[in-house]
Amino acid sequence: MIAPFSHVLVVAGILFALGAFCAVTRRNLIMIVLGIEIMLNAAAIAFVGGSLHLDNLDGQTFVLFILAVAATEVSVGLAIIVYAFRRTGSFDPADFNLLR
Amino acid sequence: MTLYGILFYLISAAVIGATAIAITRKNLMHAVVYLIVSFFGTAMLFYLFGAPLLAAFEVIIYAGAIMVLFLFVVMMIREEPSGESVFPATQWVPAAFFCLIYVFVAAAMAVQTPGLNAPLKMLTASPIQFAVHVFEYHWFSIEVVSLLLLVALIGALNLGAGKSAHCGQDGEEEK
Repeated sequence: MIAPFSHVLVVAGILFALGAFCAVTRRNLIMIVLGIEIMLNAAAIAFVGGSLHLDNLDGQTFVLFILAVAATEVSVGLAIIVYAFRRTGSFDPADFNLLR
Repeated sequence: MTLYGILFYLISAAVIGATAIAITRKNLMHAVVYLIVSFFGTAMLFYLFGAPLLAAFEVIIYAGAIMVLFLFVVMMIREEPSGESVFPATQWVPAAFFCLIYVFVAAAMAVQTPGLNAPLKMLTASPIQFAVHVFEYHWFSIEVVSLLLLVALIGALNLGAGKSAHCGQDGEEEK
């Protein structure tokens, strides 16, 4: 007997809100990507909890896909960040305002 | 409350606390290390929910590969001390307000919905069961994901190569 499923959802919701908060307020590209990672992670927690609640393995399968998408997004995102840093010398998204 | 229930609340508190500390750090290195702590806690949650294989993946891919990639980038690029003004109040007050509204509404809905308040049973999906299920019903999606990883690898290599050919860049994948 673990906690009820609603508490799992609440934990995942709090984590998701923390990630969204990080992605919205920080003015540093790396912290924004970190916030997106936190949100993906919160979704994974909700999926695994739902998988246990419904006694169905599809939820765990989706977490596998979330892991793959997170890895993809981070590698490409960080490559773009490093590229942008080389061009402008800054991590602040407000500095990327030249359309060329 | 049983032992597993206590463990759940303990790990959840640790995960939320570590994440909250991580997103407020000014030093990127500290933020990444706190987030690694948070992902270890998430892996323990997965194990508690009966997904040992996913717990291992969480440690290997999230806490291992992804966070090490972040650490590489943070260490590779010199940190400019001209600090971003972390959290200008005009930005974070509205953001926190909307986040809190969503959290409260979602929590109220989750707690009020009937059928969600029965305690979860302890079940474990062994890696064999999980793998059989994945490759029996979702084999095509696995192929699509592998294609996605390949495309990401090519894209990261292409972006990282740049004009100056001497600087190699991160383009590594997992699985």
